Amino acid sequence: MQKSLHIDPAKCTGCLQCEMACSYEHTGYINPSKSRIKVFNFEHEGRKVPYTCTQCADAWCMNACPVDAIVIDSATGAKVVREATCVGCKVCTIACPFGTVNYMADVGKVQKCDLCGGDPKCVSACPTAAITYVDADWTGLDRMRAWAAKANTATVAA
Amino acid sequence: MGWNKKVLRVNLTAGTCIPEPLNMEWANDYLGSRGLASKYLVEEIDPKVDALSADNKMIMSTGPLTGTMASTGGRYTVVTKSPLTGAIACSNSGGYFGAEMKFAGWDMIIFEGKSPKPVYLYLENDKAELRDATHLWGKTCWETEETIKATHQDPLIRISSIGGAGENGVLYAAIVNDLHRAAGRSGVGTVMGSKNLKAVAIRGTQGVSGIKDFPAFLAAANAGKKVLADNAVTGQGLPKYGTQVLMNVINEMGALPTRNHRDVQFEEAGKISGEAMHEKRPTDGKTHLVTNAACFGCTIACGRISRIDESHFSVKNSPKYWGASGGLEYEAAWALGAANGVGDLEALQYANLLCNEHGMDPISFGATVGAAMELYDLGILSKEQIGLDASFGSAEALCKLVEMTAHGEGFGKELGMGSGRLCAKYGRPELSMSVKNQEFPAYDSRGIQGMGLAYATSNRGACHLRGYTVASEVLGIPVKTDPLVTEGKADLVKAFQDATGVFDAAGICIFTSFAWTLADVQPQIQAACEGDWSMDKLNLVGERIWNMERQFNLAAGLTARDDDLPPRLKTEPAKTGPAKGLVNGLDKMKPEYYKVRGWTPEGVPEKATLERLGL
Repeated sequence: MQKSLHIDPAKCTGCLQCEMACSYEHTGYINPSKSRIKVFNFEHEGRKVPYTCTQCADAWCMNACPVDAIVIDSATGAKVVREATCVGCKVCTIACPFGTVNYMADVGKVQKCDLCGGDPKCVSACPTAAITYVDADWTGLDRMRAWAAKANTATVAA
Repeated sequence: MGWNKKVLRVNLTAGTCIPEPLNMEWANDYLGSRGLASKYLVEEIDPKVDALSADNKMIMSTGPLTGTMASTGGRYTVVTKSPLTGAIACSNSGGYFGAEMKFAGWDMIIFEGKSPKPVYLYLENDKAELRDATHLWGKTCWETEETIKATHQDPLIRISSIGGAGENGVLYAAIVNDLHRAAGRSGVGTVMGSKNLKAVAIRGTQGVSGIKDFPAFLAAANAGKKVLADNAVTGQGLPKYGTQVLMNVINEMGALPTRNHRDVQFEEAGKISGEAMHEKRPTDGKTHLVTNAACFGCTIACGRISRIDESHFSVKNSPKYWGASGGLEYEAAWALGAANGVGDLEALQYANLLCNEHGMDPISFGATVGAAMELYDLGILSKEQIGLDASFGSAEALCKLVEMTAHGEGFGKELGMGSGRLCAKYGRPELSMSVKNQEFPAYDSRGIQGMGLAYATSNRGACHLRGYTVASEVLGIPVKTDPLVTEGKADLVKAFQDATGVFDAAGICIFTSFAWTLADVQPQIQAACEGDWSMDKLNLVGERIWNMERQFNLAAGLTARDDDLPPRLKTEPAKTGPAKGLVNGLDKMKPEYYKVRGWTPEGVPEKATLERLGL
């Protein structure tokens, strides 16, 4: 089964455990400035929103890359940057409509979410289940269930 | 490791920023943050120095767990000599600023001297520079953050700053970071203002790499998080109600100081409680509380983010206060509310917002208003002197007085002195509900006896965060003790004081101790920091920190006489509730405590005690 990251901003408290876990997985140390998931704080609305790559099916970044450095991980469906191939031209960062591919000036490459090979560390780090990893075909399941629960049907047929 | 092993020394007189290696011998003895910064202060300043002179120093410090995945590992501490108490000041704060300092590669920043003109420190990793802040002087903490981010075109900068209170010498000015987190107590913001230092702005992208054993550390941190999640207080009560979970509990205990401690129960406590923040308002159908929020790395998330009622008299013509913002936490709700007999939740949030915006400690401010209201009630202060009708319970007076104090106008200047100096000025020093001139927090020591001893002996003046025996006496953590008796409290207070020192020095939040004991913290420190960090060693570190602070205070001129409570708490019995008829038994507990501490009857550490602690 292919899975997707599923984010529920209403549950996010802004603790940044996801950013720490992401950076540790990819760099070997704790550094939110290297995280591929970012939590945005809309202070005056009291909202915190984690945001990262949605792994587009027909990925703009992948299509735009002139050296084919972005490839599909067949196990997870993630669009993954092959660092050895990436030349740091940044065209993918322009192509991505959501801004989730970013350039790392210190190494001259781009980085984006790779779903950690199928075990996303942001998910296991999140203390409130604001970030989950669910069946890609059923990301609407929780919302459907919530609405289904409101259906006012009689419990016993007449 | 755990540390960056790097200190930035900023000489504001000379305008220099010079890096130096962290003294690792001291790190091994004092761990970090509160402990280590206090060690530097004690070594570097004359305890008798005028707190507001250029000879005082101010240190901002992280701990070894700051900026790590350890739950709540985002705290930093400000240590200096307090202008309010004359004792050591040590205030810590959450938010995101502390972790950013660590990510920029620093453990600690030492500010010395005094700048000839307003400046702010800008840190971008190794790059450190003092920049002109003439254009920021006079701006609020909120405007300062916005302006600095715009100037550097960098929304990711984290900022600590002072507002008008710190600039104008309000003696309980706070340092505010991330808009509504604060190193709040003892006037650390006043010291910052006296140095013409408006703000510290940091962008750190280096991260934390110096963890001794990363896999072991992650395992220990995860085990700690599970304990917090499974605990009823840290897993349920605090996320849902915040610290405000306590308002009704403490009121029922008969330990909610009301109207300047005249009463121990507030008839309108329910209206300003955590539960009330969840109720829909009749005016707009919305709840006061918008959401809970976490500081950096915190898996508890007790923070309150609220939205004030736009139709409330305090803000109906001020749209800038209509957005969601921080508050109310229990201490602020109590100090601005019950301490003054004000039961208007929206008015309390307005006063709280102004404390955040202008950088004031809401505890000392609110409690000072309580003292002024009593002076007014007794006819010692008149309506003309104050400029308004300051009757107990007046929400209008509270809202006006917070504006006057924040802006340094009229009677607000006198409120800015704190209750000790205010009451002394009008000939009634005994009406200041304070220890060492710092106002009490939200627990009446007639209903929670151990807190009387904790307040009296706290090294930074009256404070609940130096030995929170409420945990044991009210909540039964780690074991239940009877709040109405003095027996056993000397040992209890010492144990809490010493353990708290370790939590503070590690760079984590003391609220973890609702669920964690030192045994939960120890594996995290052990895995993060080089060297051996056994339980025995940590216990010794905590006790060492306490005695070091004590020695500083004694050298500063404080004595056992300053370890005292206002006469009201020792002679006027509680009128209602479970503690009815009781006064605080400090005079019985204090000699026991000195003995347990290994101090002389005059409160001076014995030679053997100092030797045992390596002091």
